[in-house]
Amino acid sequence: MALGGVSLDVAQRELVALLGPNGSGKTTLFRILTTALLPGGGSVSIFGADVVRQPWRARREIGVVFQSPSLDRKLTPAENLRHQGHLYGLRGRELEQRIATALERVGLAERARERVERLSGGLARRVELAKGMLHRPRLLLLDEPTTGLDPSARRDFWSYFDAVRRETGATAILTTHLLDEAERADRIALLDEGRLVALGAPAALKAEIGGDVVTVQTAEPERLAAAVAERFGCSPAVVEGAVRIELARGHELVPRLVEAFPDAIRGLTLGKPTLDDVFVHRTGRHFHADQGPDT
Amino acid sequence: MSRFGWAVLTLWQRELVRFYRQPSRVVGALAPPVLFWLLIGTGLGPSFRVPGGSAGTSYLAYFFPGVVILILLFTAIFSEISIIEDRREGFLQAVLVAPVPRASVVLGKVLGGTTLAVLQSALFLALGPAVGLRPSSAGAVAVLAVVLFLLAFALTALAAAIAWWLDSTQGFHAIMNLFLVPMWLLAGTLFPAQGAPGWLGTVMRVNPLSYGVAALRRALSAGGAAGPGFALSLGVTSACAVVAFAAATWVAARRPSR
Repeated sequence: MALGGVSLDVAQRELVALLGPNGSGKTTLFRILTTALLPGGGSVSIFGADVVRQPWRARREIGVVFQSPSLDRKLTPAENLRHQGHLYGLRGRELEQRIATALERVGLAERARERVERLSGGLARRVELAKGMLHRPRLLLLDEPTTGLDPSARRDFWSYFDAVRRETGATAILTTHLLDEAERADRIALLDEGRLVALGAPAALKAEIGGDVVTVQTAEPERLAAAVAERFGCSPAVVEGAVRIELARGHELVPRLVEAFPDAIRGLTLGKPTLDDVFVHRTGRHFHADQGPDT
Repeated sequence: MSRFGWAVLTLWQRELVRFYRQPSRVVGALAPPVLFWLLIGTGLGPSFRVPGGSAGTSYLAYFFPGVVILILLFTAIFSEISIIEDRREGFLQAVLVAPVPRASVVLGKVLGGTTLAVLQSALFLALGPAVGLRPSSAGAVAVLAVVLFLLAFALTALAAAIAWWLDSTQGFHAIMNLFLVPMWLLAGTLFPAQGAPGWLGTVMRVNPLSYGVAALRRALSAGGAAGPGFALSLGVTSACAVVAFAAATWVAARRPSR
């Protein structure tokens, strides 16, 4: 997926989520940040190191947790971390101490000598986190880090992740297609079709919608939308077969709406804006995690 | 030691450890060639006579160096084919974004495969005395070790170059069947170039692996003395090792991480 006009600055110690459906360009952006893919244009700088001109400096600043496992399953967590350390110029006693600390931090000191293939998916993910942080990078990059984990392993991962960030003060950028995971971030960069469609704190993005969202299920959405617009002077939109109205004090509209069109309305919901509403607001479509091929 | 050296060392060590933690791989690279040797060697033995060789050279002895090469080739393929999948969803992802030169990654992986190939073939070479093939002196053992190393390095680097170039293991299997196995067949492993019809003999003489087989044959004194000389054979094999490694490094450096 090509990227165009994506521009953002990440402050130190900030956690930014790149949120987008599959095919939105977030993985492309992630690969550029990890220096795995050369951008066709534009520039990316990581703590002052340009990823194209000084990839070596950039690589020392980043720790990466890939979406697919990067651990050697035939080796133990400690052995995996030892190889990682060697690649970053660490060795000897210092390396052994760091391995011990890193595994302890993710609650795996006891399992350091078992082969990775015998660890559950959740534990292996935590070893990936320890591996990515071993050389104490200032920027941690995570690509959909909880893919394939069950809800409790997911919660565990995030609580260890929070602890690691608290202790190390690392800045982090994470890609996700899960709305609730994006909510954890200080700021969300919402991507769609290779473009940055929104950027801001989760609460601020939702506040932009102003108040409430009323969604009406009906057989003829276009007709109902036109009628609602005429009668109440608001600006409803038709989104995927439903009439959607963004307004302040939505609760006041609901009874009047039901009174006015008792036969046309099949169902109605009133809610505070969610990140999905932010996505609809910006793109005119609902957020579907799997819109296209993952690129 | 430099960052380059540590990267090579750590990747080399990983290759060895993971190989010996998968017993099926140890057997997989060794058993088929030994089986070929016993079946083909025993079956063809009575109807085969080495052209120009002494009548006493059995086919089992003639075929022996070819089987050593096959073990080297299989071990090389099995160790390097992992590059293809590892790059996309495995250990190599992290290696490729680490601050180490790409050439050190290639060298560590190739040296790992080379070491495994040499060790596997050494196991088979222990059977040599059973068919009258044993190095005559300590010097001959050293020569044999050098020849084995060069051959193993050249074949592993070749497998690495193919693996870095391709996107799927299926593609690798196709190349193995269409290119690597015929290259082995036409290297004087099963039959000598001298008796082959004109065009086939020509193909065999330009096949660089023929020189590797000839070098090994001479290091083992395994018959077929009419082939190329030892110095030429060793020279061609060394040149192939260098070219294959350069090719692997070149392909790996040009390829993005996935």
